[in-house]
Amino acid sequence: MEFLQVLITGLGQGCLYGLIALGFVLIYKATEIVNFAQGDLLMLGAFFAVTYIGILDLPYWLGFLLTIISMAVFGYLLDMLVIRSMIGESQLSIIILTISIGFILRAVAGGIWGSDILSLETPYSGEMANIEGLVIGQEYLVVIAGTIVLSVILFLFFKFSSLGIAMQASSQNQLAAYYMGVPVKRVFSLIWAISALVAAVAGTLMAPISLVDPQMGFIGIKAFAAAVIGGFGSLPGALIGGLIIGISEQLAGTYLPTGFQEITAYLIMFLVLTLRPKGLFAQIQQKKV
Amino acid sequence: MSDNILTLRNIETYYGPILAIRGISLDVQKGKIVTILGANGAGKTTILKTISGAMVPQKGKIEFMGRELQKQNPDWVARKGIAHVPEGREVFPLLSVQENLLMGAYVRKDKKKVNEDLEVVYDYFRVLKERSKQKSGLLSGGEQQMLVLGRAMMARPKLMLLDEPSLGLSPLFVQDIFNIIKRLNTVQKMTMLLVEQNANMALQSSAYGYVLENGRIVMEDTCENLMASDDIKEFYMGIKEEGVRGKRRWKKRKTWR
Ligand SMILES: Nc1ncnc2c1ncn2[C@@H]1O[C@H](COP(=O)(O)OP(=O)(O)O)[C@@H](O)[C@H]1O
Ligand SMILES: [Mg+2]
Repeated sequence: MEFLQVLITGLGQGCLYGLIALGFVLIYKATEIVNFAQGDLLMLGAFFAVTYIGILDLPYWLGFLLTIISMAVFGYLLDMLVIRSMIGESQLSIIILTISIGFILRAVAGGIWGSDILSLETPYSGEMANIEGLVIGQEYLVVIAGTIVLSVILFLFFKFSSLGIAMQASSQNQLAAYYMGVPVKRVFSLIWAISALVAAVAGTLMAPISLVDPQMGFIGIKAFAAAVIGGFGSLPGALIGGLIIGISEQLAGTYLPTGFQEITAYLIMFLVLTLRPKGLFAQIQQKKV
Repeated sequence: MSDNILTLRNIETYYGPILAIRGISLDVQKGKIVTILGANGAGKTTILKTISGAMVPQKGKIEFMGRELQKQNPDWVARKGIAHVPEGREVFPLLSVQENLLMGAYVRKDKKKVNEDLEVVYDYFRVLKERSKQKSGLLSGGEQQMLVLGRAMMARPKLMLLDEPSLGLSPLFVQDIFNIIKRLNTVQKMTMLLVEQNANMALQSSAYGYVLENGRIVMEDTCENLMASDDIKEFYMGIKEEGVRGKRRWKKRKTWR
């Protein structure tokens, strides 16, 4: 029984890693930029959720919706106004830029919301699900369900909508996409919007479990490991990488001596990089720019 | 009014400090295939990229159906009815063949007709129909060339820019591709600007031709006349005729070999 409980907690945690990793991979595939502020987008999303739902006292679902929309707009503008101007600069300067954006977001969040620890009340807070004698906090089940729903929506969007396919096309061959009449720059900004939206969902789902403070974005470091494990080019890979880390972490925390839980993510990343340098789900094709 | 669909006047385009094409002027008439011949590095690709907006000319004017194109983005140019088929078979490797074809129709509003056109393309290229579900990165070079041609057809463009469609293909595929180009022109009345090193095939398919050398147009004429010219025969078609003339009339003959 304990094992199942650990498993579900790990799955929930892994979903959060997976969602952030998804954001890393989406942006990287399209623009070859590693957005080190991805975790801080989650943090910002969580603060938006706390503001709309906790402070402004809006109904949960309305607050959730507003959080998603606000963050999507934020992601779009971030690319349009800041990132796009760096096109053509070296990889290093762009990495420094995204790291700095993370710093700035943390500082701004601290300035606006203070360093008080906030938490998010939800309709399901504190409720326990009792499944055949197994007691689990609803929060984790909601995280898992939310991740499944979002993944299915994203899958359908990328597979069947013409905008989604155009996003894939722009990621695989930018110039050819231009020649098809795709406004590639706008499409890239939309990809940033989707990444920020996914981070916002993760942030809103995480807020009731963890505490909402400006440092919560550091979860992004483990999510980065998840993306690497997944091959940094595959969306399912990112999610699975997240699950692998989430579950192993919980198992390590329960069954191994203290201290192991914290390094599990990096140990696995190291192992995967040694045995399969391109990650577990490396894609066959080199992309053309 | 002439029936020119595209005119270039004194176009100059740079790569950084390097002037790649100098004072290019040319016309493409509606319904015709016009070809630009030239050796590797002559500037053929640069001309096409400048037309489609991937490169911005420093000087000159490009007019397409009454609109000026210079300084426009490539996606804008594509929406106005120019389909650029770049050299090197630029497929979307992880998308299926059919998804690639549908990307060609991305900007079209008449979604019903798109499905009809898909059948037309499959009729032109049977092998694409057989492989419609496969990832296009797994196709052979010749099949990928067919795919990018078919993808351009899906746009129902008013003008196609074809950059060395025969490059690197086996002779059998080359013949296939040129047959299709001719069929597109006669049946669909497609206007095309065709860039080639394969002068033989290009001259046989086209109505009018320009000869490009070191970024300049050094000769232009109907393809009939070009084919009859001794210089073209010798330096572009590999036919050596006995005689005194035509030996060293062009200074830089080494560049076209
Ligand atoms: N990316 C580039 N950077 C600098 N010079 C280039 C680049 N691409 C082409 N050139 C130069 O421009 C000239 C014309 O090239 P291009 O248009 O590709 O010729 P073609 O298509 O006829 O082979 C060549 O001299 C080539 O060296
Ligand atoms: Mg070329």
